[in-house]
Amino acid sequence: MANINLKINGMAVSAPAGSTILEAARLAHIEIPTLCFLKDINEIGACRICIVEVKGAKSLVTSCVYPINEGMEVWTNTPKVLESRKKTLQLLLSNHNCSCLSCVRSGNCELQVLAKELGVDDANFYAGEKTPSEIDDSAAHMIRDNSKCILCRRCVAVCEKNQGIGVIGANNRGFKTAIGSAFEMGLGETSCVSCGQCIAVCPTGALQEKSQIDEVLAAIADPAKHVIVQTAPAVRAGLGEEFGYPIGTNVEGKMAAALRRIGFDKVFDTDFGADLTIMEEANEFVERVQNGGVLPMITSCSPGWVKYCEHYFPDMTENLSTCKSPQQMFGAIAKSYYAEKEGLDPKDIVSVSIMPCTAKKFEINRPDEAANGVPDMDYTLTTRELARMIKKVGIKFNDLPDEKFDEPLGISTGAGVIFGATGGVMEAALRTAVETLTGQELEHLDFTEVRGIQGIKEATYKVGDLDVKVAVASGLANARELLNKVKSGEANYHFIEIMGCPGGCVNGGGQPQQPGYVRNTVDIRGLRAKVLYDADAGMPIRKSHENPAIKELYATYLGKPGSEKAHHLLHTSYIKRKVNEI
Amino acid sequence: MASKKETVPFRGTPEQEAALKKVIAELKDTKGALMPIMQHAQEIYGYLPIEVQTMISDETGIPLEKIYGVATFYAQFALQPKGKYQISVCLGTACYVKGSGSVYDKIQQLLGISGGECTPDGKFSLDSCRCVGACGLAPVMMINDEVYGRLVPDDVAGILAKYE
Repeated sequence: MANINLKINGMAVSAPAGSTILEAARLAHIEIPTLCFLKDINEIGACRICIVEVKGAKSLVTSCVYPINEGMEVWTNTPKVLESRKKTLQLLLSNHNCSCLSCVRSGNCELQVLAKELGVDDANFYAGEKTPSEIDDSAAHMIRDNSKCILCRRCVAVCEKNQGIGVIGANNRGFKTAIGSAFEMGLGETSCVSCGQCIAVCPTGALQEKSQIDEVLAAIADPAKHVIVQTAPAVRAGLGEEFGYPIGTNVEGKMAAALRRIGFDKVFDTDFGADLTIMEEANEFVERVQNGGVLPMITSCSPGWVKYCEHYFPDMTENLSTCKSPQQMFGAIAKSYYAEKEGLDPKDIVSVSIMPCTAKKFEINRPDEAANGVPDMDYTLTTRELARMIKKVGIKFNDLPDEKFDEPLGISTGAGVIFGATGGVMEAALRTAVETLTGQELEHLDFTEVRGIQGIKEATYKVGDLDVKVAVASGLANARELLNKVKSGEANYHFIEIMGCPGGCVNGGGQPQQPGYVRNTVDIRGLRAKVLYDADAGMPIRKSHENPAIKELYATYLGKPGSEKAHHLLHTSYIKRKVNEI
Repeated sequence: MASKKETVPFRGTPEQEAALKKVIAELKDTKGALMPIMQHAQEIYGYLPIEVQTMISDETGIPLEKIYGVATFYAQFALQPKGKYQISVCLGTACYVKGSGSVYDKIQQLLGISGGECTPDGKFSLDSCRCVGACGLAPVMMINDEVYGRLVPDDVAGILAKYE
């Protein structure tokens, strides 16, 4: 495509035709601030922070949606522009609950940063009427506080466009406009799947997870309780961002050290649960293939995806693997096998997980997730909550030594660690299923066709004399597209992996929030996923069925995969729901 | 959260449902079909309660929230049915300075509904309006076609009683 020549702040810039002023300026390393803009999904020019002066234009224009043309002259930093941005911020703040001292987003709030940068100093100056709002805490996983909402609609865009759900939107009009659900229902009364992608993109503190930091700290302080913690693969790939490390830094060692210093009795790894999931899921897959079971089999690790399936594809819940998620399998084993081994009463164990996910907060209270007469899991915190907890108890994370997980539930393989990236569960399952089906050791462990951040991936693998067709989707709009093809007969597969969040758990709704500028310009998911694939490549054992702790668990306790005991502890059931009913 | 799901009991008929489904089937594959479908739905039912919006959502695949967002953005869409007796209180300048605001408040209090709503028995609905052209009688309200003027809040109970 031909390039277009223009001048920005007096500098000659050449950018591809069809670019916006914002994109062209970026090429010249001139950054224009934005609030509402999210590339591809929220290009609505609503917040008016990105306004610039264009020679000949009647008024200031929104650079995020304004296309460039030949000979254009643009100024991004004149006093008129800066004054207008400041005025816009003052108007936003006039309807904003400025509780910055204790707000959960203080320090990485995009509104706060802009207010500081543009010198909007006196928030108390705006004493006029504010749009009435109520806090919505009806959902299991999150809280919406519209008094901090700036109506940027990023949450609405991810919910509708990336996730294909659309349970939130702008209601009413003018001063009364507010983000909410149909008929002012609480989010917990809708078919929200708890993925938390809305929280991940919120520029302010209007959306946040329902925090249970204090409950966990109270359990740790109780000498009668044995408090254990497990951390999901993706957490080690994201947590460092909260402490100033570059995106894509593996902080597994410091994370384990921090958890120990917070006071957890044992620091374990969800990767162990992931290996266990592979044992059960690969076995279930082999059984379905050999015994004419329902195919395609679809993974069930992602609770956001599971709830989406229940609401939007209720006739496909038989396709879902009956395996519990790694978190829940870990929980069930901790309160049975581990409890017996350690001579503990399951009632005295408090099982905590650190997850890149908000839907896990919904999952722990699902029916059929309490194999030992007590809930498999007690608390689940997001990556962000862990960072807050570390800061709250005064640990200097960056100064910590690297430490290891405890045994035995901290022993894992490369197959377990890649669960956190889209395609990882598929790859891990194939490493085990192919060896089970052929009885031969794999030469190459890397199933690279199912790696990468594309929304939908397909591959066919020759396993003995069977062509195993697999597909991988992440992000629920992609999942919908894939499943509609399966339903219509346009495509058929043996095995499908679906993750609720685009890119998989590394980009989960509980991961550290990156500002719009970073989201729009950096491949966050790719960088975080690389942490996991690098970790896998460096592991001595890379197949779940070769994990010595898993082998011992089956040899001494469970019998074999799919045994009656394994079924009782490690498998679950699903509910057929409707789109517009809970 | 104050959900607005519970209002007047829905009294839709199978004929109305068939009419709505026919409209949706005709329109749903055209771009921008939502507004016309909602307008037809309001013609059929008189208003757009959750039952009707859910039918539109289920038939078109458009999220219920999106439909509700449109319904609450445009003044032409009503979420509440009109009552057998439609009360309309003038809040125009002349009536307002003569105290129609407190008449309006009194009606809301007596009927237990807010402006724009309908009593659960379907009898009274209440709205405000801007000038009925009888400023000499301010403050004024209308119940269906009947005009009541020079009102004070204490008149309200007696007037409503005539419609019991």
